[in-house]
Amino acid sequence: MNEFYLIAIVAMIFVVIFQIAKASEYVSVLKGEEKSRKQNNKINAFLMIAFLIVGLYGAWYCNELYYGKTLFPQGSASVEGEKIDLMLYITIGVTGTVFIITQVLLFWFAFKYQERDGNKAFYFPHNNKLELLWTTVPAIFLTILVVFGLKFWFKVTGDAPKDSVVVEITGHQFAWDMRYPGKDGKLGKKNYKLYNQPSGNTLAVDFEDPESHDDLHTTEMHLPVGKPIKLVINAMDVIHDVGLSHFRMKMDAVPGIPTTLWFTPKYTTEEMKKRTGNPNFVYEISCDQMCGKGHFSMRGVIVVESEEDYNKWLASQKPEYFTLYPDKDPTATKNTENTADSTANKSVAAVMPKP
Amino acid sequence: MSTATLETAAHHEAHHGDHHGDHHHHETFITKYVFSQDHKTIAKQFLVTGIIWAFIGGLFSVIFRLQLADPNATYPWLEDLLGHWAPGGKLQPEFYYALVTMHGTILVFFVLTAGLSGTFANFLIPLQIGARDMASPMLNMLSYWFFFLASVIMMSSLFVQTGPASGGWTIYPPLSALGEASSGSKIGMDLWLVSMAMFIVSSLLGGLNYITTILNMRTKGMSMTRMPLTIWALFFTAVLGVLSFPVLLSGAILLLFDRNLGTSFYLSDIVVAGKILPNEGGSAILFQHLFWFLGHPEVYIILLPAMGMSSEILSVNSRKPIFGYMAMVGSLFAITILAFLVWAHHMFVTGLNPFLGSVFVLLTLLIAVPSAIKVFNWLTTLWRGNIRFTPGMLFAIGFVSLFISGGLTGIFLGNSALDIHLHDTYFVIAHFHIVMGVASFFGMYAGVYHWYPKMFGRYMNNTLSYIHFWVTIIGAYLIFWPMHYEGLAGMPRRYYDFSNWESFKMFGDLNQFISMIALIVFAAQLLFVINFFYSIWKGRKVTEANPWKANTLEWTTPIRPGHGNWPGDIPEVHRWPYDYSKDGKDFIAQDVPVGADESKH
Repeated sequence: MNEFYLIAIVAMIFVVIFQIAKASEYVSVLKGEEKSRKQNNKINAFLMIAFLIVGLYGAWYCNELYYGKTLFPQGSASVEGEKIDLMLYITIGVTGTVFIITQVLLFWFAFKYQERDGNKAFYFPHNNKLELLWTTVPAIFLTILVVFGLKFWFKVTGDAPKDSVVVEITGHQFAWDMRYPGKDGKLGKKNYKLYNQPSGNTLAVDFEDPESHDDLHTTEMHLPVGKPIKLVINAMDVIHDVGLSHFRMKMDAVPGIPTTLWFTPKYTTEEMKKRTGNPNFVYEISCDQMCGKGHFSMRGVIVVESEEDYNKWLASQKPEYFTLYPDKDPTATKNTENTADSTANKSVAAVMPKP
Repeated sequence: MSTATLETAAHHEAHHGDHHGDHHHHETFITKYVFSQDHKTIAKQFLVTGIIWAFIGGLFSVIFRLQLADPNATYPWLEDLLGHWAPGGKLQPEFYYALVTMHGTILVFFVLTAGLSGTFANFLIPLQIGARDMASPMLNMLSYWFFFLASVIMMSSLFVQTGPASGGWTIYPPLSALGEASSGSKIGMDLWLVSMAMFIVSSLLGGLNYITTILNMRTKGMSMTRMPLTIWALFFTAVLGVLSFPVLLSGAILLLFDRNLGTSFYLSDIVVAGKILPNEGGSAILFQHLFWFLGHPEVYIILLPAMGMSSEILSVNSRKPIFGYMAMVGSLFAITILAFLVWAHHMFVTGLNPFLGSVFVLLTLLIAVPSAIKVFNWLTTLWRGNIRFTPGMLFAIGFVSLFISGGLTGIFLGNSALDIHLHDTYFVIAHFHIVMGVASFFGMYAGVYHWYPKMFGRYMNNTLSYIHFWVTIIGAYLIFWPMHYEGLAGMPRRYYDFSNWESFKMFGDLNQFISMIALIVFAAQLLFVINFFYSIWKGRKVTEANPWKANTLEWTTPIRPGHGNWPGDIPEVHRWPYDYSKDGKDFIAQDVPVGADESKH
């Protein structure tokens, strides 16, 4: 019933606006169309300049409200991301200047050169000097942006340092799985046709490959602070995207085509809690490529910690090979729990049951 | 001019000359309003169909904005409207994504491509170049009816049990290829692809016609450099469409094969819903290349007509020639060429080779140069003008403002290093909604308000138009400006609910605010729709042939031109279309011979 009233009220508002508009048309006919046209012209010209002033104030006010909520006041959480932040500031500087100049000119001209009796427009069809000026000036500024941009781009997308910690991350509907290479520093081969052979082999690891025997399979990512990290990115089913907004990094996960990205975390999770003043702070992995109905819940967690804690955590993990083949496990008498942190995705799982 | 078109023209000439356009061949309701071959009627058909689609697409955005405003709210009426997609009034994620996908598809293709360039290319090309009709009125009619067919198929996909396509308007496989991955990738996706195939046929029939007409059927004296900028823009738009839409067609057909015939163009190494698929050797990235080879030119297919019309309207209502006509044509040309060379800037984070990426950075940022030229030329056109704020003019000025705002954020996204952080966040949403969505809409509104008197012989209500303009421009900025901040915080696109994310949940209030404004702006568009349809029958009648005192040829036709446009001979053109305020004369129409005492420009 409420909805009915709501619709009725909205309909009434429309009718009222429409009637007023209609009436104003009759009034203008009575007043003389030319006269009322000129009045309207003045009103709109005034609104143009008002829009400019209120609009610029609004842009400033919006910045006051929301700049603090962007990731930039707290700075990049990765060394490489600092370059991206710098690039952002350079770009804001250049485009911001152009924005203000052009918008001010646009609305100010609109106001200043509104139609006035006796005023004649100036016949000014072209001027080569001016046109050359605003071809070359933007070209110069863009060159600056391109040069800086590409310098950072090649730095960020270049090869990861040799001593990087390698972690494999695999996306599937709708969660992330990690694999660590274990003591040998090498990830075992994968073959998607081995999926679930033996049962539980959800990453389709080829356990015929001895290099896979010490690999760790976890659902939470732990990283040591201050060391370069190289992510090897896979997808099982559809395209996903590893979004690491605090580190300013992002890379698609494409089935059949592994991708990589690398970065160096600057702050541990604990340090970030202090920096952001948010006691609940966590580094989150967001899926940034539409992947189906649970896309919005495809959340991963990264714990950045000191190298010591990281090594402790690594040591506490049991290789997946032993979980899947308990008879091969020299320590098989204890529990056979897959990973220590299987509760990590519980909150997400509660919202979005896997299909 | 080929002999064939000459003969056709001569035939028309004779026909209309003899009868003074008073009694045509017998026309029934069907041939006059339904299967009409008159370009003006076809234009109106495109426009009205576009308005209906815009209403649907806009309504979808309002519904999914309700979800974003308050993810926990329930709206019982939603269940009445959507049935099992909103049990208990709670929108389901699958259908949220279907709404997002259809909103994009409808607005990009059905409204801003067909509704915008379909309408104005049809309406303005023959009228402004001085032709009786399109080169092939029959193909032109078919162009509309293929669009109509595409519309019917797309509409039917809204009603299938498993829902319409829901993988985003870019329909990236494997998500769109595998029914197991998403319910929207079942029959809804096939319907989407078939509908788009029909749409592409429509677009090609139209585009070829526009190009042929512009090249071959200009009236005497109408050299290419005397064409209004609208025509130049529509010409380049048609060229873009003809060269790029076939690539999307091929992409769509390969996807249909992958879906239904077991091929592996886009599929490799996939385990979906526990099922190991046999497909190997395909590349999911191939589709993205095919898609964006159309997808990027598509942006300019949408934008160029808006640029062309705004140029014309700014000039007419400033009572000044457009500044730098040749630079305007040149920049349109540069944009057209570059539009084909920048597609991979949508793919910087797909694992693209970084060197290849850098080439696309360079080419992408290069587009900013012709865009800057256009902006400065528009500004100079306003400078020292004598500006009349007709509703069309307001929207043209609004277009320039939005084009600046949205264009500048393109410089952020086109720079690959920054794109890493901003890719697929709300920053992207803000950018393309402002520059290609709202700006193009403004161009379209400017066109509708400006040429409405020519289309229907009546005016739209001014007060409603002014309300429409001011609410829309203020609302558009209120909606999209703050979204940049959400994007800078890394907030991803296409999320149904942010409340479980520590990193993104702080924007709840803002999302609510944006949704509220979206609702108001949507209501303001309804005012436009009411104004549009009401004025067709009840608007003030146009009493003078040239109400805006414009130079172009369409204003030399009768107030309500019949099929054939000019009752007598087609006027001959003696000058460019921008002689405003020249030699102390307010305006000198294109068909006025050059006087002996006239200054040169």
